Amino acid sequence: MRTRNQPKLARDVAVVGAGMSRFGMFRDKDSKDLFADAYRDTLASVDKGVDPTEIDALYFGNFTNDFFVHQSHWGPILSDLIGLVPKPVIRTEGACASSALAFREGVLAIASGLCDRVLVGGLEEMSKLPTEKVTEGLSLAGLPYESDVGFTFPGVFGAIATAYFDRYGATREHLMNVTIKSHENARLNPNAQYHVSIRDMMNAKIEKAGKQGRPLPTWSDEKEFLRDPAANPMVAWPMHLFDCSPISDGASCMLLVAEEIAREFTDTPIHVAGIGQGSGRGLHACDDLTSFEATRYAAKVAYEMAGIEPDDVQFAEVHDCFSIAELLHIEDLGFFGPGEGFKAVEEGLTRLDGSKPINTSGGLKCKGHPVGATGIAQLFEIWTQLRGLAGERQIPNGNVRVGLAHNLGGTGGTCSVTILERV
Amino acid sequence: MEERPFSDLSYQQFLDEEKLMGSRCRKCGALSAPPRPICIHCHKSDMEWVPMSGFGKLAAYTCIAIGPPSMIAEGYDRKNPYCVGVVELDEGVRVDARIEGVNARQPETIQTGLPLQVVFLHRGEGEKARTCLAFEPLPT
Repeated sequence: MRTRNQPKLARDVAVVGAGMSRFGMFRDKDSKDLFADAYRDTLASVDKGVDPTEIDALYFGNFTNDFFVHQSHWGPILSDLIGLVPKPVIRTEGACASSALAFREGVLAIASGLCDRVLVGGLEEMSKLPTEKVTEGLSLAGLPYESDVGFTFPGVFGAIATAYFDRYGATREHLMNVTIKSHENARLNPNAQYHVSIRDMMNAKIEKAGKQGRPLPTWSDEKEFLRDPAANPMVAWPMHLFDCSPISDGASCMLLVAEEIAREFTDTPIHVAGIGQGSGRGLHACDDLTSFEATRYAAKVAYEMAGIEPDDVQFAEVHDCFSIAELLHIEDLGFFGPGEGFKAVEEGLTRLDGSKPINTSGGLKCKGHPVGATGIAQLFEIWTQLRGLAGERQIPNGNVRVGLAHNLGGTGGTCSVTILERV
Repeated sequence: MEERPFSDLSYQQFLDEEKLMGSRCRKCGALSAPPRPICIHCHKSDMEWVPMSGFGKLAAYTCIAIGPPSMIAEGYDRKNPYCVGVVELDEGVRVDARIEGVNARQPETIQTGLPLQVVFLHRGEGEKARTCLAFEPLPT
């Protein structure tokens, strides 16, 4: 029974196609090339095909290609690229959550009745600048109080980690469990920027040392490798290189349609069951240093719209920009209690074969994090798993029907939670 | 006591004068540092300036090896990291600040809960002169 305050769309929406470019650092590809790849991949994924001239609008997320490649006003560039002119194109900006906002706006455009077929997407081209400049660009999504004293993004999440450690007794070793798990999943994802396990990387480094006649490293296991500052240097304590998502270029895309016409496109449309969006304050002003209010709010709205509880979500992609972030999110989303996330990861509950698989794609850490493309790339993974198309990384735990994507921007300033369901 | 607007610019001007100032809502008493022009608790805009004591404790921290260009210009890098943190003031509000007087090369030796006092770091000269909020451990 719908209560008066239950959020509800005026018209149901389905995802009937999804695609993404390769994620990585590309010297020979720019934003247009990457978006064209994601767009073509999306159209090719529509089982019964789509007439591009019937697409009503494009909503796309981009954080700051203005800074990264010194070009603004990407809307008409993209609409011209894909032959959409003179249809409307709208950019959304929510830092690393930019394309989840585009997804939401696309859903609302259809729910409003104005549009029937909407493309949503995202893009970011980060690798053309040196690391220090990329760090500066990402810091634009923080608050002036943070950047004024020298906080960086890894720094803010590092500080959150010290507060989490202090409060719950977790350690760096627990963060390593997150990283090792993400890489195990990425090893099964050919689209991942780091399509390797930690063990694979260790073996490659040992082999390289042997070929160069250097002493062979003697790491006994993955954690000893991750404790080695030569292999895993500090970025912002306690965040080390392997706690951080990489610098990436990439694009993502999806085709949304009104549910009533979805079967014109596919026999297995994926239903948009719930969308929630929230905002939050900077770290200094938040109510709790080990939780994001924006996530809690967005999740509450999405669960209410979908009419489900956290336990009903079978798997999720969460915004693991840093290893510590994954722990906060799986707690804020209600999958595990406060301070229980690191134990759940240690027990293997979030592995591909666990009771609540998290980041089956390898997450931002391994799949890559072209920030404006990430939100829809997360939804691409949910869509792929729900349609049973995830290949080697397909969740083995029965027949998945309900998946959730959680996309976070800034230092918790923007959050979007989306629940997709196979009906 | 002060007529300045409750803005980020005023907050920075006070820092340049070696004062850490917050705003307090005259209607509901909610305290905020940095200041706010609008109370987020009662939504009124009737504020007054309040000086902060400058004492607090370390709530969260990090030691940064890869900083932005502005910190690299100050001489910080992978071999010479710097510490920043969130400081919970005795008044109950939290601020972002540089943390001085700790060993950022050995971050595991730094403990949350560390008692701190405010210091003001003056950087740059002339037009570019700017004061950075910092804290250091209380002398034991």
